[in-house]
Order: sequence, then C-alpha cells, then structure tokens
Amino acid sequence: MKIAVCIKRVPDTETRVKIAADGASLDESGVKFIMSPYDEYAVEEALQRRDKAGGGEVVAVALGPDAAQETLRAALAMGADRGVLLKAERIPADALAVAKALAAELKDGGYDLVLFGKMAVDDYHHAVGPMVAELLGLPCVTAVSKLELEGGKGVAEREIEGGVEVVEFALPAVLTAEKGLNTPRYPALKGIMAAKKKPLEVKPPALGEVRVVAAALALPPERKAGRILGEGPDVVPELVRLLRTEAKVL
Amino acid sequence: MAPRFEGVDFYDTGSLLSEEERAVQATVRQWVDERLEPVINRHYLEGKFPLELVPEMARLGFFGANLPEQYGCAGLNNVAYGLIMQELERGDSGVRSFASVQGALVMYPIHAFGSEEQRQRWLPKMAAGEVIGCFGLTEPDYGSNPGGMITTARRSGGGWVLNGAKMWITNGSTARVAIIWAKTGALDDPSGIRGFIVPTDTPGFSARDQQGKLSLRASDTSELVLQDVHVGDDALLPHSAGLKSPLSCLTQARYGIAWGAVGAAMGCYDEALRYAKQRVMFRKPIAGFQLQQQRLADMLTEITKAQLLVLQLGRLKDQGKATPQRVSLAKRNNVNAACDIAREARRLLGANGILVEYTAMRHLANLESVYTYEGTHDMHTLILGEEITGISAFE
Ligand SMILES: Cc1cc2nc3c(=O)[nH]c(=O)nc-3n(C[C@H](O)[C@H](O)[C@H](O)COP(=O)(O)OP(=O)(O)OC[C@H]3O[C@@H](n4cnc5c(N)ncnc54)[C@H](O)[C@@H]3O)c2cc1C
Repeated sequence: MKIAVCIKRVPDTETRVKIAADGASLDESGVKFIMSPYDEYAVEEALQRRDKAGGGEVVAVALGPDAAQETLRAALAMGADRGVLLKAERIPADALAVAKALAAELKDGGYDLVLFGKMAVDDYHHAVGPMVAELLGLPCVTAVSKLELEGGKGVAEREIEGGVEVVEFALPAVLTAEKGLNTPRYPALKGIMAAKKKPLEVKPPALGEVRVVAAALALPPERKAGRILGEGPDVVPELVRLLRTEAKVL
Repeated sequence: MAPRFEGVDFYDTGSLLSEEERAVQATVRQWVDERLEPVINRHYLEGKFPLELVPEMARLGFFGANLPEQYGCAGLNNVAYGLIMQELERGDSGVRSFASVQGALVMYPIHAFGSEEQRQRWLPKMAAGEVIGCFGLTEPDYGSNPGGMITTARRSGGGWVLNGAKMWITNGSTARVAIIWAKTGALDDPSGIRGFIVPTDTPGFSARDQQGKLSLRASDTSELVLQDVHVGDDALLPHSAGLKSPLSCLTQARYGIAWGAVGAAMGCYDEALRYAKQRVMFRKPIAGFQLQQQRLADMLTEITKAQLLVLQLGRLKDQGKATPQRVSLAKRNNVNAACDIAREARRLLGANGILVEYTAMRHLANLESVYTYEGTHDMHTLILGEEITGISAFE
C-alpha cells in the first residue's frame, strides 16, 4: 500500500508567540516548532496501514522552509520511508496555492491513500486536504476518527454534531485525521538514528497563484484578571447574576 | 494531569545540541510526562519499581542506548545518552537508576569485557528488556572500598564456583542475570578481581529485597547471597582484569548520573517556580518576595552551570577524553547541587512540599541515595584531591 502523508511545521501550541515587525507574520526567534498534532495522527495511521498491508511505502510530504526538514525527519523517525520537502521560504496564507503545490507533487505518485491532519493548528484552515482531493479528483473524507479499509474500499467514521456519521468511499482517496483516530507512537531512539539515513528530497514547489495574503496578525486581548466575590453561600446569588449578565455563560 | 514539562534552559544549551539529540530529548521528555509521571507516586509509595514500563522503555531504546546498533542498541552518542538519563531522572531517580544499571553496569561490561559470543547472547535481549540485569560489586563490609571484597571465585572442574554476599544491589531481585565481581586470587590482591555473568536461577544464588528504604523507593534494592554457585567457564568476562574493570563500569554509570541529577533539579525548579507564582500569601504571590526569588535564582544558576558541565563532559566523552576524574567532578558537583535544589524547592513549597503530589520531597529523598551510590560525594572529593595533588588520601 502506497500512502502519502502531508505534514506541516507549526509553532508549538504551548509557546507564546510574538508578532514580527511587519505586523503580518510571526517572530520565529525562540519559538519551538513541532509537527502539527493532527498530522501526527495522519502519520501514525499511514504507518499502521502500511504495516497491516504487509508492505508498501509511506511518503511524508511537507511544504515549508528548510527547517521543515526537521519535521519530516520526525515522521521518518516514527517510521515513514522517505520524505519530500517542497521548499518555500514562507508558507503562503492562501490554502489553494499550497494545495496546488501538494497536488502537483502527489498527482503521479500512484498513492492509494493521501492523509492529512484535519487542520493545521497554526492557521486553522481545515482546507488544504479537501482542496488537494478536489485537485486530484479523488473522494475526500474529513475529520476521520475511525477507519477500516478492505479490498479497495474504505469505511470511515466522522464525529458530527450529536452523533457519528459512517461514510463509505473507494480508494484512492484523501482523508483528514481527527484526534482519537489512533495513538501516535513516540519516535523510538533507533528510529531517530535511522531517520538520518532515509531519503529526503528537497525541491521547489509548484505553488499556485497566491491570491490571499495575511494583511495583519493580532494577539488576542489580554485576559482580564479574575475576581473573587467572597466566600460561602451568601455570595452565590451574586455569582449566578454575574455569570448570567456579565460572563453570559448561563 | 500535570502540565507538560517545557524544560529549563536559561543559556540556550538546546542550540548546542544536534537535531537528533534534541529529538531524543523530546521523545524521552514526552514519555516521562505521559507514561511515568502518572504512575510514579503509586510505585514510590508502594516501594516498587514500575516494571510494567520496561517493555516500552526497551522498545523506545532507553537501554544501553550508547552501545552499537549491531547488538540491538540505539547507537547514540554520549550526549544523547546523557539527555535520556536527564529526562528519566526528572521523572524519578529510581527509574533512571534502573536504566543506568541495565545499560552502564550490565550491558557495558558485557560489551567491554565480554567475548563476542557473550555479547551476542546477552546484549540484544537486554536492549529489548527481555533480560534484566544487576551489578554486584558492593558487599556488606566493603562499600567505598570495593577492592577489599571477600566474594571469591575458585576454579572447579571446567568452570568456577562463587561464594560471597553482595548488598545494596539495584534490580537484584528482578534480574535474570547478575554481573558478579569476585576475587579469583588472594583476598589481599585486588588485581585478581574478575567479572562473571551469573544467571540468577543458578542453584545457590538468592536475592532478597532490602526493606525499610526511605529513599529510591521506586527501585528494587537487594541483598545477594552466593553459596557454592557453579558456573561454566563461559560465565567469566574474559577481558575483565582487576579492580579497574568494575571501576570503569562505574565511570559509565556516574557519567549518566551527572546528567540525571540535572534532570531531577530541573523538575524541582520547574515545580517551585510554578508554585511560587501561584501561591498567594500576604496578598501577593510568594514569587514576589525577595527570599523566594533568591531561592529561585540560586536554583537556576546551579542548574545552568550543571547543564554546561555535563554537555562539555559529553562532548569530551565522545572524543574519548572523559577521564574518570572529569566524570567524578561532574557527579560530585551535579548531585550535590541537585540535593540542595530539591531541598530548597521543598521548603519553598511549604507544607505542600512534604506531600507526594509534589515532586520535591521524593526527589530530595531519592537524591540522598544518588549522593551515596556510585562513589559517595566524599570519595569523589578524594578522587579529585588525588588528581590535583598527586597524593591519594585513601590508598
Ligand atoms: C539505593 C542504593 C542502590 C545501590 N545500588 C548498587 C548496585 O546496584 N550495585 C552495587 O554494587 N552497589 C550499589 N550500591 C552501593 C553503593 O555504591 C555504596 O553504598 C557506596 O559505595 C557507599 O558504600 P557504603 O554504603 O558501604 O558506605 P561506606 O563506604 O561505609 O561510607 C560511609 C561514610 O564514610 C565515608 N567514607 C568512606 N571512606 C572514606 C574515606 N577514605 N575518607 C573519608 N570518608 C570516607 C563515606 O563517604 C560515607 O560518608 C547502592 C547503594 C544504594 C544506597
């Protein structure tokens, strides 16, 4: 089984980000970067599918700066067979431009399955996976939380408002991974060493026209300090009143 | 669940690490947060090593990680190995001790002093966690002075017969194999000390856990008795020769301990800092008081120094230049600093600091063992004293 998994290098969700001088990008100094966590589910799924099929290849593909080689090597350390970096100094804010570059790379790869995370945790687009599916003319299932594959067909579960949707599709297909699809493995130390020796190809991306640009970035307003109303049952009515009128959560 | 550990790295020592070294650190750090932290308190209170973690530790490659890949090991450099020890000991000194014993005190001597056949037979299984080992050097009457040991190995037919007792042996009761150091010649001749690979199910071999430990509780520590234990000639580590052989194992383990102690200190500092910011007394966070700031400043300073020390020591080790004396300096300094940091962290936490829910007191108690084993702090002082002056204070 031949599987491509598209992964993105994003700032660690727990780092405090600063906005760069241009007001429209992040100041990357001192920021720790990780593989977008939803992509980890995609990588894990790809590895499990390959191993279950008794062979094949898992190719990790990333579009991003040179430093995204580290992200690709993390996928190789987990067990992917090779990596492809579509090297772009900046990842465009236009999801379609990114999708076109990835689709161009994947088009002739003969993949049975193309996996993505359901979204990147930095830009929240939820878009690149479905766009790539569209560009490749393949069926797409987003936010997959459970997957069965059998003889060229797949059955996926998606968690939807108030329930679960079960969808069937034919392979090849593009899927995006939801949290809980699996438990991503830790990259074993041997895997980390082996990753150095696995092929990692770096090439220019065939980016689509960039029609959307990030004009400005702003941090959310500082959260206001909490307030202590007092202690004991006497303050409960006031607390309830404020939760209704001020916090508007009741 | 405890917040994810973000590291303590005031001097950006992360920038001195290679990508692989950082990746190794990230894996072990995450494993400690997710797998060890949730279970360690229970094991500590019950006084048991978390044996159920061994298969995963093995799968991830924590055992003998700086030994060659051909024996099923990860083949890491010594800095990456040190980072494993650091992160493990941030979790618990007992768990780091387990890995130290398995890797540095059992796998290392089999690799360094064993025949090719012995390496093939034992190392892959030990890397895979299928065989747990222990290291028997200390005896009831010979601690800081192991050269005085009275355990003997005598020729018998085509093999050897071992007699004696060992004490304070980490993993002693769980081990399937023990490296036993014994005298093959006269009792007053430490040059006759040789190492033996002794399967623990050999008749005459028995292990009993030592009870009543108030330190390193999540680690099994046992007394070993060897009564007419017959082993074949293939049990002898052919290249072991004299006291310097077990001492060279200790140098390996001490190296890991020097790193490990920094991990425990980092954990204590991280906890103390969080607590100081959030604990309000006299209408402000205690972090706002000069006395607590001094505590934190001292901790961070000592951690930063210790980190730079082990990193350079690791680079030297990779170049074959980490002399035993250099390792002694790092073990002595870093463990001592970690003891101080754990104690100050515990005090900063007030009454909460005595609870098992916080890590400081567990680390504090653990580090007292670490201070004593692998050469007491005092012995490292004397080793350095001899190195500096050329005069031994103990021989
Ligand atoms: C939890 C734990 C696990 C251990 N695991 C192992 C293991 O796996 N394998 C193993 O072989 N051993 C192990 N040990 C044993 C450990 O290495 C010894 O305890 C250590 O070497 C000290 O020996 P001792 O306890 O007999 O102390 P002693 O040697 O009796 O020392 C007592 C005190 O005297 C001081 N002292 C000794 N000689 C001198 C001197 N010349 N000058 C000044 N002061 C001196 C010491 O510093 C110490 O303060 C373990 C110990 C502990 C606590």
